[in-house]
Amino acid sequence: MAHRLNVLVCSGASCISNDSLKVKEAMLAEIDRLGLNKEIKVIETGCMGPCQLGPVILVYPDETLYKKVQVEDVREIVEQHFLKGRPVERLMYKSPLTDELVHKSSEVDYFQKQVKIVLANCGNIDPESIEEYIAVGGYEALGKAVTEMTPDTVLNEIKISGLRGRGGGGFPTHMKWMFTKNEKSDEKYVICNADEGDPGAFMDRSVIEGDPHTLIEGMAIAGYVVGASKGYVYVRAEYPLAIERLQKAISQAKDVGFLGEKIFQSDFSFDLEVRVGAGAFVCGEETALIHSIEGKRGTPRPRPPYPSASGVWGKPTVLNNVETYANVRHIILNGGAWMAKIGTETSKGTKVFALSGTIKNTGLAEVPMGTTIRELIYDIGGGAPEGHEIKAVQLGGPSGGCVTPEYFDTPIDYESLTQLGAMMGSGGVIAMDETACMVNTAKFFLDFTCFESCGKCTPCRVGLKQMYGLLDKITKGEGEEGDIEALEKLGNTIKTTALCGLGQTAPNPVLSTIKYFRHEYEEHIHDKKCRALVCKDLISYEIDAEKCKACTLCAQKCPVDAIRGQRGVIHVIEQEKCVSCGSCYDVCPFGAVQRLSGEN
Amino acid sequence: MKRKEILRKYEAKPDNLLYILHDIQDASPYNYVTEEDMEEIADFLGLPYSKVYGTATFYSMISQKPRGKHVIRLCDSPPCHLMGSESILDILKEELGIDVGQTTPDMLFTLEITSCLGVCGVAPAMMIDEEVFGNLTPKKLRKIIKDYREGNV
Repeated sequence: MAHRLNVLVCSGASCISNDSLKVKEAMLAEIDRLGLNKEIKVIETGCMGPCQLGPVILVYPDETLYKKVQVEDVREIVEQHFLKGRPVERLMYKSPLTDELVHKSSEVDYFQKQVKIVLANCGNIDPESIEEYIAVGGYEALGKAVTEMTPDTVLNEIKISGLRGRGGGGFPTHMKWMFTKNEKSDEKYVICNADEGDPGAFMDRSVIEGDPHTLIEGMAIAGYVVGASKGYVYVRAEYPLAIERLQKAISQAKDVGFLGEKIFQSDFSFDLEVRVGAGAFVCGEETALIHSIEGKRGTPRPRPPYPSASGVWGKPTVLNNVETYANVRHIILNGGAWMAKIGTETSKGTKVFALSGTIKNTGLAEVPMGTTIRELIYDIGGGAPEGHEIKAVQLGGPSGGCVTPEYFDTPIDYESLTQLGAMMGSGGVIAMDETACMVNTAKFFLDFTCFESCGKCTPCRVGLKQMYGLLDKITKGEGEEGDIEALEKLGNTIKTTALCGLGQTAPNPVLSTIKYFRHEYEEHIHDKKCRALVCKDLISYEIDAEKCKACTLCAQKCPVDAIRGQRGVIHVIEQEKCVSCGSCYDVCPFGAVQRLSGEN
Repeated sequence: MKRKEILRKYEAKPDNLLYILHDIQDASPYNYVTEEDMEEIADFLGLPYSKVYGTATFYSMISQKPRGKHVIRLCDSPPCHLMGSESILDILKEELGIDVGQTTPDMLFTLEITSCLGVCGVAPAMMIDEEVFGNLTPKKLRKIIKDYREGNV
């Protein structure tokens, strides 16, 4: 019997980290207490997108969206809404523009400009149920491909669709598949790169957690095209929930016969295995990833030969990321021409972006290619929190670069972002406001890539360390004339000489911040000033005598006894003793401690 | 004993090495792999010890020294950093009385820094064993540590 209400509880990792599973348990108990079990079905789904609002609950058929639901709220929702039909307004989403309640989830501004293809099922079905996936057309594309189409006609549809790799480079998918298909070999492999290590990107995790069968179906179709009978999904160990759901999905697909021998009674057989990483960013690089699958150290090797000719076990291998494979079933079902209608001249379809940093609405957003950066971060992301302004967004993580507001009207596609000195990358969008120091941010990215460098090639191992040293010097107020030029020279050398993608792109955050924020570098070097008041060594503290109430709190907290004064006597910081730790600034209840930079 | 049982689950193929290392580490009460573990794995897979050691030391999540019952991994990626992971780290150090890479004397916690956990929408975030915690504030963090100390998890 159909249920009167379907209650979807977001169980993506972000919502779980805010107790969505406890909310679900409490809801089940409450429904049970009121004897509503037969009328109301509670379903755990994958990520719905708006992580900022989590834990998120969506109630069908009314389409009521509840945000930030806690265990204490459950009783009210079940009694008032589920039993009496009166939605709990205080937990519903309010439009920040009009301040009015939004009664239907489809009217929430966060979803308005989105077009969901890859994420169509995420947040709408139970990821642990193959039946639900089949009910929304799952495995129809695989059936159609292996029973009605030849590998060539499938490949042709992919070509017409214009699909390009969603993991970074944007290489045309049909060409990768064609190269592998044309290789003569007794064995071929299909690999999915789910080693989503780019800080700020989490769409692949969400697709696997929310809709694992879509990935399996896409990989099986790739196997059919290239003539592979075995595949691997390489998932990073930091994603235990994704690993668990994927393994469950694979065993369900095997039980039903969508994986295994003679799929859909055809001659096509395909088997899939999960491989788990162990915390190495460089394994996102394809040749390093292949080494890791083979049980070796995850170091890259020079290309060519490309994996399409010599991949895992030296056999021809097609390798794409999660989001790329997640597009495949839609292309087969709707035709390549359907996808080619979406997007720009060179970039077709949609792209999932992960919004994070100082932005109001963090989470996942899927938009057609050609959407402008402004639409993405303001119309969907809601812009910076009150009282702040976005001064740059970092696109493409540590491999990408920053983009400043004057370029926010650029339509997003592979080429235009590269022209700006950033890159599509895997789609991480990190927003930064005036409280972010660009020199420090660049240093931070470099700290990361230095640490993750595998050490195999000299430009990356030694060169990045040198760049880091220069940045460290600048942020400590010891920068000298010529440091910026040295950074540029080093950066460009590393870009052209490093062995793999990690080293070749690692200087990008530095080069792009120099390009757009050279003045901040110059201020650090010449004026010893950090305008964002982030670089500790460039900040001094002073007490505003007008605001000081002489309470002695700051003096008590000061670790080096640098604050003079007593109860009733206005406090003064002795600059020669002060170590700029900021304790006084944090503790002062009257805002009397001022931070200064570059004013001697 | 445990080690033999784990090895028996696997085919003796070199590509199972990472899985085996993970499994043996998870089964260890101190969350690490010993020299003897690596020697026996090498024998089992027919690999030189140096290969097993090379792989085990390459990956940051496989430890060669004893760690606490719970491994706390604080995310220090740019989105978390922008949202204040540094002050969260200070509080963690203060609460646990240890530095990054160290283990509490009671062997309950090891504190580590990790790269992105992929929950940037709820930054700052951390992972304790396989559990993820987001939107960390000093208050929330102290409660989580307390819960683990008291065994309420």
